[in-house]
Amino acid sequence: MSNLILVLVGAALVNNVVLSQFLGLCPFLGVSKQVKTAFSMGMAVVFVIGIASAVASLIYSFILVPLDLTFLQTIVFILVIAGLVQFVEMFLKKSSPALYQALGVYLPLITTNCAVLGVALTNVQKEYDFVTSVVNGVGTACGFTIAIVIMAGIRERLALDKVAKPLQGMPIVLFAAALMAIAFSGFAGLI
Amino acid sequence: MNKYVERLYNGIVKENPTFILILGMCPTLAVTTSVSNGIGMGLSTTIVLVMSNFIISIMRNIIPDKVRIPAYIVIIASLVTIVEFLMKAYVPALSASLGLYIPLIVVNCIILGRAESYAAKNSPVLSIFDGIGMGLGFTIALTCISFFRELIGNGTVFGMNIMPAGYQPVAIFTRAPGAFLVLGGLITVLNAFNIKNNSSKKVEGCDGDCCHCSSACDNKKEEA
Repeated sequence: MSNLILVLVGAALVNNVVLSQFLGLCPFLGVSKQVKTAFSMGMAVVFVIGIASAVASLIYSFILVPLDLTFLQTIVFILVIAGLVQFVEMFLKKSSPALYQALGVYLPLITTNCAVLGVALTNVQKEYDFVTSVVNGVGTACGFTIAIVIMAGIRERLALDKVAKPLQGMPIVLFAAALMAIAFSGFAGLI
Repeated sequence: MNKYVERLYNGIVKENPTFILILGMCPTLAVTTSVSNGIGMGLSTTIVLVMSNFIISIMRNIIPDKVRIPAYIVIIASLVTIVEFLMKAYVPALSASLGLYIPLIVVNCIILGRAESYAAKNSPVLSIFDGIGMGLGFTIALTCISFFRELIGNGTVFGMNIMPAGYQPVAIFTRAPGAFLVLGGLITVLNAFNIKNNSSKKVEGCDGDCCHCSSACDNKKEEA
């Protein structure tokens, strides 16, 4: 149990997926203009990564390993993720329109989110079992949500500030991200 | 200008994937801790990009329109797997230091983006040149970023000590925050240069909408 908590905290804070592993930067820089949309995006990522790491872990240990096809992992995982996102989208549309309203727009964007594939590959690389894989996936996604919501909060303030002309747009966001990364590196002592 | 040379110029300068289009951010920031890593990542992406552009361009009339995105992803993922194993066999040191980011070339927006917006509509030879141009533009950008990071953060370039003896390396530049700082700084300089020349061009990025550049999402919305 304590092992699982360590994995969860490690994935969410210490090795933050955006700020120390540089995965999922596209949505982090793109969908972080408002706290509300950033939070929805984060929730969609938690949802997809949770399911994707469970499915990828099952496929790896029950199909790829017995058939000695582990070298196909990259191809299989990316196809599973793409299919899964599509499936989740259709499923939500039918079963829970309210949730679909909130997350729907962000789901297709997640296929190209490298955090999803990154988590699936890390789980295999570190030889996590099924439960640990899911915990690691959810932890990583929570870390993503924390980072993107904080970023959105900063950008809402920045929008009202006067920013020097050359710094407007991407550069000031990157500098803010750098400061956040410095702050997050303080979590390194936690584990 | 010759249309093949024009493709190269377009990829390296006019539509540089990193500095102008802000695509493929993850490897750009993650592996640029040293110049050799940066060049290694840039070249392996270039190889995948050139081959995927070539194959997709050859098959552009065979692949049905509805399943083109999954088809592209399978082609790209196969090429990445091949490159991954070749690197493991012939350059094990580089392969170890790039680690997870080699298989992640699959989700690099640049590759799917070029497949969708260029290779799917143009002849194989032009697509190859487009791939070379974009790949070199990406490699040059990575080299540039990693040059500053290694120089400031470690006082070395290609592992050789070139700073004066009294120089204290600023270690943060080789860690995570340094990546954001250097890229932010380089884009600022580029913006300042454009403003000075009264060019209206400003680096805005694709707003994280990777789907937009490959229009993969439009396709999905139509299906839904």
